Amino acid sequence: MTVAKRTFDAVIVGAGGAGLRAALQLSESGLKTAVLTKVFPTRSHTVAAQGGVAASLGNSTEDNWHWHMYDTVKGSDWLGDQDAIEFMCRKANEVVVELEHYGMPFDRTDNGKIYQRPFGGHSQNYGQSPVSRSCAAADRTGHAMLHALYQRNVRANTQFFVEWMALDLIRNADGDVLGVTALEMETGEVSIFHAKATIFATGGAGRIFHSSTNAFINTGDGLGMAARAGVPLEDMEFWQFHPTGVFGAGVLITEGVRGEGGILRNASGERFMERYAPNLKDLASRDVVSRSMVTEINEGRGCGPDKDHVLLDITHLSPETIMKRLPGIREISIQFAGVDPIKAPIPVVPTAHYQMGGIPTNYKGQVVAPKGGNVNAPVTGFYAAGECACASVHGANRLGTNSLLDLLVFGKSAGESVVEDLNSGNLSLKPLPADAADVSLARLARLEGQTNGESVFDVGLDMRRTMQKHAGVFRFDNLLKEGVSQILSVAERAKRTEIKDKSKVWNTARTEALELDNLIEVAKATMVSAEARKESRGAHVRDDAPDSPEFPNGRNDNEWLKHTLWFSEGNRLEYKPVTMRPLSQDVEPIALAKRTY
Amino acid sequence: MTKRTIQLKMYRYDPDKDDKPYMQDYTLELEPSDKKLLDALVRLKSKDDSLSFRRSCREGVCGSDAMNVNGKNRLACLTDIDSLPQPIVLRPLPGLPVIRDLIVDMTQFFKQYHSIKPYLINDAPAPERERLQSPEDREELNGLYECILCACCSTSCPSFWWNPDKFVGPAGLLAAYRFLADTRDEATTERLDNLEDPYRLFRCHSIMNCVDVCPKSLNPTRAIGKIKDMMVSRAV
Repeated sequence: MTVAKRTFDAVIVGAGGAGLRAALQLSESGLKTAVLTKVFPTRSHTVAAQGGVAASLGNSTEDNWHWHMYDTVKGSDWLGDQDAIEFMCRKANEVVVELEHYGMPFDRTDNGKIYQRPFGGHSQNYGQSPVSRSCAAADRTGHAMLHALYQRNVRANTQFFVEWMALDLIRNADGDVLGVTALEMETGEVSIFHAKATIFATGGAGRIFHSSTNAFINTGDGLGMAARAGVPLEDMEFWQFHPTGVFGAGVLITEGVRGEGGILRNASGERFMERYAPNLKDLASRDVVSRSMVTEINEGRGCGPDKDHVLLDITHLSPETIMKRLPGIREISIQFAGVDPIKAPIPVVPTAHYQMGGIPTNYKGQVVAPKGGNVNAPVTGFYAAGECACASVHGANRLGTNSLLDLLVFGKSAGESVVEDLNSGNLSLKPLPADAADVSLARLARLEGQTNGESVFDVGLDMRRTMQKHAGVFRFDNLLKEGVSQILSVAERAKRTEIKDKSKVWNTARTEALELDNLIEVAKATMVSAEARKESRGAHVRDDAPDSPEFPNGRNDNEWLKHTLWFSEGNRLEYKPVTMRPLSQDVEPIALAKRTY
Repeated sequence: MTKRTIQLKMYRYDPDKDDKPYMQDYTLELEPSDKKLLDALVRLKSKDDSLSFRRSCREGVCGSDAMNVNGKNRLACLTDIDSLPQPIVLRPLPGLPVIRDLIVDMTQFFKQYHSIKPYLINDAPAPERERLQSPEDREELNGLYECILCACCSTSCPSFWWNPDKFVGPAGLLAAYRFLADTRDEATTERLDNLEDPYRLFRCHSIMNCVDVCPKSLNPTRAIGKIKDMMVSRAV
């Protein structure tokens, strides 16, 4: 089979917020850029973000980036790298204002500035009181942002390859990244995208879990490609369970609901968060709220006939506020919970939502991996941004609204780094190895010829159930150990998936089989990393690492203040230090402390 | 709970093996958790993996799973199975070329969207902070910016069926008005000039199918009316 080859200065995989922001940087610099995306750009999952994007604009309440940085480090349970966190928080105003200039329809304050609302874990004056830091377009911020970014790319004449699925990363013998192979979904043809620089902006992999707020497309394609090509995945044990997924359906209800005054209640109507987080209450950070909810349910105070959820109450808010600030939430509640939140509370339950870990990068968006004694050696030609990347700004737990900020800041920064590295002559078009497409072609040939295999649906279902049961909100040593062996056996089965549909044209059975390969890498990384981390930190909380005077909240900084690196080959782990030093000399590190809200 | 069974009739076409399209009948047993039409389609695909359709967010914001359901364009993810008379007849969106099964070629739809310059135009030097906009002026964008580009509207519009290459269609015109209505945009004249044509804007005859089918309850006809008003007021 001959494989067509296309050549570019840069290829970007993914056209969600991070990919589009990076693309803008490259297109406006006049570089020959290809953006590959398996869905039309405005269908990317950024579209589903609701509550807002963080920036210390101070439009409603006094604010500054130092406070934002403190909140983010504390929210990360000190696992976030402080250089990257400083970079992100300092850049926030710039990238949000830029977006406004691109045309994003932010809500407005009475004096015409960008409207901001309070959000979980964001505070004034180092944890003292809630702050309005979330810049919002009603409860459709992600939709408004993604469309504004796409529109700006239309203006910039960005070249998109829509409904092309990237298959594998191409590396040479030195480990340099030379581009990707990709499948055109309409024709089934495979092409090589040969480039001086490759940026991954492929989003998360929330579909490893059975109950997830994530879209069907969130299959961790970038992570799978990176892992198969020998790049480690960082901190994959840390998954955010969003406190308020619609019970039963999993659809997201923004934290902005609580930002606007919503309250979580148990079966007796009690505002239980007052017991768990006396200061920030319902606006404590997400890991804390989700655990509190599950504790209420486990201790018999859940709602409904099976006492298996809690209620999110906004009936005390005026209908006008709900219609103006939370119109999308009202639609979702009516559609998926059968409840009009003006009249009755919404049944909710913690739901898998966001992957804090990912492809390791530095604050410039360059992918880094251990090489010759340097644990953070840049991989030549390879960049990543957004949810697929781990900069690491979210550490062990992400604050709400920091994901949209992450994709803007690091999408831009990855784009800038590519421009810089190209201009300085650090990047060139390196010769393709003769076997550049062989891995991809072999995967496709395997699927084509597989007989007596299992269905993608069945294997996928077992993967999702295994992850849900063994790596959930609370984690148990024995369940994690069992989980590791179970997920490895699911991974073996995934090697023999069989599809009945052999058509060349828009074969979604084939796409789903290829996506499962990617999900499996993420699932293995998650379970193995989680089993190994013998402490509780942020979103990773184990029964055998409880709160104690020696280890507050179960966190063990002496042994575990370090990033996990999981390597697919050999299914092995390494660790690297957390960067505790901020980027600037004159910025004080945020010192380790016990996390309370 | 007793298992529910539904009957579906589905448009099938795979150019790789079919000479022409045909309708295929399915009887499908649902699980209790299957509530929306998309749940049923995903269930059906687990049994017949050759069935092709687009889907992503499953909550009505990405616009992927628009299709013609019992004669009306809708999003599968926002359609209750139990609200539909059976057999549920599923066809691709009308008026666009079919690639395979329920997947249509949306090139023409996006070409029209792109033709209205769907981006803010303001070439004044950008201020250091945000451009100011009053809450009232921002309110003008409500009912416009929420469009998800699902194409339910344009593919239910007879004028778009007849002239997909010349008539912008309801989705594109809604977007055109979204920028005309934005106080930050400075290209009003250019935008109106771009639509001053017997086809691009004026092929809308207020049939209002677009309003009827919009899954986000938007009103392209009203937006088109406002553009026509702007045309008139600049002519006098």
